[in-house]
Amino acid sequence: MITKNDVKLLPILSPLIAIASALIIGAILILLAGANPIIAYTALFQESFSTYFGFGNTLTKMTPLLFTSLGVLVALRAGQFNIGGEGQIYFGALGSTLVGLYVQGIPALIHIPLALFAGFVFGAIWGGIPGYLKAVRGVNEVITTLLLNYIAVNLVSYLVQNPLKAPAAPSPYSPLIAKSAQLPIILPQSLAHAGILLALITASILWVLLVRSPLGYQIAAVGFNPTAARYAKISVERTIILVMSLAGGLAGLAGASEVMGLKYRLFEQVSSGYGFDAIAIAFLSRGSISGVVLASLFFAALRSGANVMQRSAGVPVTIVYAIQGLTVLFIAISLALERVKTQRDAEV
Amino acid sequence: MNNLNFFSDYLIASVTLAVPLAFAALGGMYSERSGVLNIALEGMLLTGAFTSAATTFYTGNPWLGMLAAVLFGGSVGLLHAFLCITLYVDQLVSGLAINLVASGLTSFLARLIFKGSNSQRLPGIPPLFQQDIFVYLLLMLVALSVYTLFHTSFGLTLRAVGEYPQAAATAGVSVSRVRYWAVVLSGCLASLGGAYLSLVQIKFFTEGISAGKGFIAIAALIFGRWHPIGSTLACLLFGATEALQLRIQALGVDIPYQFLIMLPYAIALLALLGLAGKSIPPQGLGVPYLPENHQDK
Repeated sequence: MITKNDVKLLPILSPLIAIASALIIGAILILLAGANPIIAYTALFQESFSTYFGFGNTLTKMTPLLFTSLGVLVALRAGQFNIGGEGQIYFGALGSTLVGLYVQGIPALIHIPLALFAGFVFGAIWGGIPGYLKAVRGVNEVITTLLLNYIAVNLVSYLVQNPLKAPAAPSPYSPLIAKSAQLPIILPQSLAHAGILLALITASILWVLLVRSPLGYQIAAVGFNPTAARYAKISVERTIILVMSLAGGLAGLAGASEVMGLKYRLFEQVSSGYGFDAIAIAFLSRGSISGVVLASLFFAALRSGANVMQRSAGVPVTIVYAIQGLTVLFIAISLALERVKTQRDAEV
Repeated sequence: MNNLNFFSDYLIASVTLAVPLAFAALGGMYSERSGVLNIALEGMLLTGAFTSAATTFYTGNPWLGMLAAVLFGGSVGLLHAFLCITLYVDQLVSGLAINLVASGLTSFLARLIFKGSNSQRLPGIPPLFQQDIFVYLLLMLVALSVYTLFHTSFGLTLRAVGEYPQAAATAGVSVSRVRYWAVVLSGCLASLGGAYLSLVQIKFFTEGISAGKGFIAIAALIFGRWHPIGSTLACLLFGATEALQLRIQALGVDIPYQFLIMLPYAIALLALLGLAGKSIPPQGLGVPYLPENHQDK
């Protein structure tokens, strides 16, 4: 029944089936809420794709999602689960804020890369700690990255309420970062800033790194079979630390771009769960970089249209989170079914 | 005298904060002793908190709420078991997916069911001898678990399946069936912890009421070396830390509250660090068991 061509289509088809199934269950929930699913979904996707401001908003939301899910993906390639995107975003935002605030009087051409670099380094430290603990002490990275999230969020909260608080600020946030550290807007009159371009460039660089370089091979080897990798003289420990730092750094860039492109200051809610969405996106993408770009666009669209949907169709915004969770659930099932199927085929 | 009062208040607060953790950790213990990772504890806590609150809200009867928590929590366990055992979904991925769905669904349904009635409190479970019933239930379950795990054939089978499923299968044990029971039980117990949150501690359901407690419970489970008493004691330690944090805040000591909030997480982290290498998980933990004909790899 299934031809060879169909098998090639499977990696594209099954995420689509997963999304469709999640949307169908979402529609049932919307009916439960006493609203019309067609009106709700139309409002949701019309806003996020076909209005100018709405699309700008989608790109804005896509920026941190793309950066962070690239981080989850890199770690996943080496078999590491980075659940700490949220904390790494906060730390990255802190790093670039410090450079944006305390380094003054240099041209944007130097200031912007410097602030981005600081965001990367701060995120890399926050991702590197669990990487080190996993590699050297064998502590499960899922739990450590999770616990470090709570620590990072509270640390930033403390900083913006105390030493970094803007003078006479009505609510907790830092002063504005220097103009020379701010990312330019790319769609006039909208929120879309250059961060999305940086994220797309980062995605391309990462593709080369993972798919076309020896390091990428090494990472994949560790992910596929650490014991075999060890026989091939690959240092599994060093690869894990490297990959987790890189993952943290990428999430750090998400925090950096939120500060440098969107808010121009450090604030308490740097991330509203982008780190957790990123896990979902990385799974939805099935390990491919282009998949991550598309999946983060989809998740960004859900987020950007959610409020309009709530206003025009009266469906609570939280339906979006349910749809995201269901998407991951279905993709996990389809991945598992495929694996069982290929195993059976191999036996026949 | 005042000091003594303060101390006994402190102890009570510690126990109160430890109870939901301990239910979740005990649930996690069954699942992980059978060899199935349970990152889904967070989602199970949330499910228990939501279903017990919703049922109590509609029926006015908190006992039915408790029952609903056990039933729905058990079904979440069943889902996790089905995904991990029957479909061979990666156990971490299954747990994470369940957490995401639980968090999305409960917040969505909560807005539909409780809309605007957030001020209305739920009738809680009445206390027995000045202690809430959950504490007695927990103590009973801990004792029962120790007995079951180490003195019954079910316990022996459970541990064998978690340590060395192949050997257990050779001895004629159905690995899948044992794991199914363990994971379903895990869901029932963890969601009782959730019911405690919404029926006793907060007396209402709020979005994200579990607030990472499921993950602390996992840390406690590792810290307590997958032993019912050990993990319950670890939960007490975390409860005591949180209570201390709240006390220090209330006393107005000059420590920023954010650092105090961090404390339980930091201690969980240190606990994991200090015990790494010494705390040995069941050998078969996280490894899907494939029957003979699928065992090429």
